[in-house]
Amino acid sequence: MTEAVPSYLSPTGQEIIFLLLGAVAVGSGLLVVTTRQLVHAALWLVVCFGALAGCYLVLTAEFVAWVQVLIYVGAVVVLLLFGIMLTRAPIGRSADLDSGNKIVAAVVAVATAAVLVTVVIDGFRTAYTPLDPGAGAAKELGSAIFRNWVLPFEALSVLLLAALIGAIVISRTDIRGRD
Amino acid sequence: MHVVYPAIVSALLFSIGVYGVLARRNTILVLMSVELMLNAVNLNLVVFDVWLRDRLHGGQVLTLFVIVIAAAEIGLGLAIVLALYRNRQTVDLDHLRALAEPSPPGVTATSDATPGTDPAIPGTALAHATSGDETAPSAAGPERTSGRREDS
Repeated sequence: MTEAVPSYLSPTGQEIIFLLLGAVAVGSGLLVVTTRQLVHAALWLVVCFGALAGCYLVLTAEFVAWVQVLIYVGAVVVLLLFGIMLTRAPIGRSADLDSGNKIVAAVVAVATAAVLVTVVIDGFRTAYTPLDPGAGAAKELGSAIFRNWVLPFEALSVLLLAALIGAIVISRTDIRGRD
Repeated sequence: MHVVYPAIVSALLFSIGVYGVLARRNTILVLMSVELMLNAVNLNLVVFDVWLRDRLHGGQVLTLFVIVIAAAEIGLGLAIVLALYRNRQTVDLDHLRALAEPSPPGVTATSDATPGTDPAIPGTALAHATSGDETAPSAAGPERTSGRREDS
């Protein structure tokens, strides 16, 4: 697993594609948290999640990639856009999207990035894995879920039902609590 | 594939999410930043599953679970944000600093007219103590929403 690490100076095609997709994901993530327009933040989030789905594809996790496209790009971002519409957010450029502690937040984020990147480089410098396609296909993952992970899967379905009912109860106005 | 590359991308995405959670004022933007952090964790899970060649596929299955939980979380979070918007007419986190329901205007007028009449009751003392904090956002609230209505 860690023997015979290839040089970092001669990247393979997979690594180049992954790094390009990762640069797109990080760049659009930066735009999500810095853009001045609320709707554009949601649209940059689509780009970020799409690039991450591409990263999963390069890492041979095909099923996770398609689930990412379906749920994140298809459902979560649409839900966020509905939230933006229903709270009557200003459509154009708005000046007050950032709070006053922007500088402190930037310092904390840069410190977090520095610590994490340092530790990760120090810890996984010699880790290398060849990418063999097929390990993340729907067949493999389906058999893993329904053989070894059935109980968490069922618990998760109950959780989804509870979240659904909770969202309905919270957002309806004619259901009153006990006074 | 060197494992370092996905790990670095994931660390950077997580830091971006931290910045967004701390620096943004709109609640929906904070939710988006939380999604960014969850995605960073997902990338880590996938790459470690591929690296360690887990026979149970724990990493990728856990990634699917995290995606489902994130969907449930975003649904509930948006429901809470919408309920908040119905009650306070704002979703700005800086203006949401009152822990109690905003009292109707008649009640605040009477409690302001006779301050300290009953200091033995902790409720009135607390209301009097927090009224200084509460007047600023509640005064800013209707003004902001009227400006927004004019915009739209």
